[in-house]
Amino acid sequence: MALLALDHARLRFGGIVALDDVSLEVEDRSIVGLIGPNGAGKTTAFNAITRLYRLDSGDIVFDGRSLRRVRPSRVIRLGIARTFQNLELFPRMTVLENVLVGAHPATRLHREREQRRHALETLADVGIAEHAERPAAGLPYGTLKRVELARALASLPRLLLLDEPAGGLNHEEVDELVGLIRRLRDERELTILLVEHHMRLVMEVCEHVHVLDFGRTIAAGLPADVQRDPAVIQAYLGGELAA
Amino acid sequence: MRSRIATVASLLIAAAVLSVLPFVISDYNVSLVARVGVFFIAVLGLDILTGYTGQISIGHGAFMAIGGYTTAVLSRDHDTNLIVTMLIAFAICFVVGLLVGLPALRLSGAYLALVTFALAVSVPLLPLKWSSFLGGRDGVQTSHEVSNLWLYGVAWAASAVLFVLAWLILRGRVGRAFRAVRDSEIAAVASGIELPVYKTLAFGISAAYAGVAGSLFVLANNGFAAPDEFGVVLSLQILIGAAVAGLGSLWGVLAGAAFVGLLPSVSSSVPVIGSTHGQDVVFGAAVILVMLLLPDGFAGLLTRIRRLARA
Repeated sequence: MALLALDHARLRFGGIVALDDVSLEVEDRSIVGLIGPNGAGKTTAFNAITRLYRLDSGDIVFDGRSLRRVRPSRVIRLGIARTFQNLELFPRMTVLENVLVGAHPATRLHREREQRRHALETLADVGIAEHAERPAAGLPYGTLKRVELARALASLPRLLLLDEPAGGLNHEEVDELVGLIRRLRDERELTILLVEHHMRLVMEVCEHVHVLDFGRTIAAGLPADVQRDPAVIQAYLGGELAA
Repeated sequence: MRSRIATVASLLIAAAVLSVLPFVISDYNVSLVARVGVFFIAVLGLDILTGYTGQISIGHGAFMAIGGYTTAVLSRDHDTNLIVTMLIAFAICFVVGLLVGLPALRLSGAYLALVTFALAVSVPLLPLKWSSFLGGRDGVQTSHEVSNLWLYGVAWAASAVLFVLAWLILRGRVGRAFRAVRDSEIAAVASGIELPVYKTLAFGISAAYAGVAGSLFVLANNGFAAPDEFGVVLSLQILIGAAVAGLGSLWGVLAGAAFVGLLPSVSSSVPVIGSTHGQDVVFGAAVILVMLLLPDGFAGLLTRIRRLARA
């Protein structure tokens, strides 16, 4: 059974239809890519899943449970964690504190010292342990992306939503990221849904790809098949070329 | 580890100086330093709200008024122990703070500042409306007055207790949640932080501190509570104190409290401009100067010095 399913999800902002009857399924422990041109509704889908936006109709089901009546702050407790396209960190807190906030729902149950140890392990796992005591503000972009990733992992999620994890990264960093995403999935038994423009990353790590354009699904399937789909090529290259 | 030793050492130094001080300075100066203790509590309270959760209040004088009148009325009508009235003021202002925090859930920045400003303007007028109970313009007088030494001891003991309480609240999960709300509400929510809970909680704690400060403020004023004592200027003074203090530093809060507690009295003895109006001029000029030189307050200055010392 799919861990996450969007079922005829529909969402509009005034006259703009941001999600138009989108249905997609994410299998347990799979890595799925959500792609499409700018404004296709990818981040909107993330915001709908994490309940920052409310669907007009349709449903989102996680682990057999509808998210329609779940408060945004409860989403992480169900096992869904996310990163943000344009970094939403806590700049005036240290890297370690950022990660500890990610573990907020769990810290009530565990002792502070245990949480710190766990947060440091998580930072080591994504390769930025040496920055633990630095304030988040002022660190390089690639490092901040890792801090967000560590913060999301700190809640021990089952589903990880990554919004443009390769954004702003150079060639080698993208290569590292491919390995990291695969390793996290395997070691932590994660399910990963990622929004990405970086096609090489999508083709290398995703097992399944879902393509949106103007809020509608225009293709879905294996990365290699989607890449050859005429509708996808037209959406990316523009109507005038395909005509 | 080294920073923890430094923190404990600075706490002990502050405590030692404050406990010896009243026996070596004049009675008038004891009353002045007691007044600093009163502001210490109010500034500390506002620091929790503004510094930690990023919510601005220009209305803390209103919470001080509620705390002050609580002490004055209980003492007048029931001759209640003054320390007990301070605890009651703490509780009442905590609840009022939670209630005021509710509109804060929908407002932020300048809009929230305006709502709290309205509070600062309107609350001191309530005694005029219910003048038979709250004394109207004539104010309320406590059943007895306290000595300067009593006030000094109680004000600084309360400061110490409330400082430790703030440290206990802010050092772990709750303090992190407060600062997360300040830095990014969206990421805080995504991390499972309930905004309504933490935003109103911060308002409640902050108001409770102001309430205790208000109780002591009345006692420092010869046990007399009157509407004029709790005007808008008082709210502004606390805000200025918090700005001078900067974020989350004991020495910063001490500096902020001393700034607003002492400067008006000290500057009145400045020759030539030391008249009543000159006092305001000196205060205003000092505020501008501090904000220009120390945008992050006294705490920011300490951080800069520490960084220089390390480099």
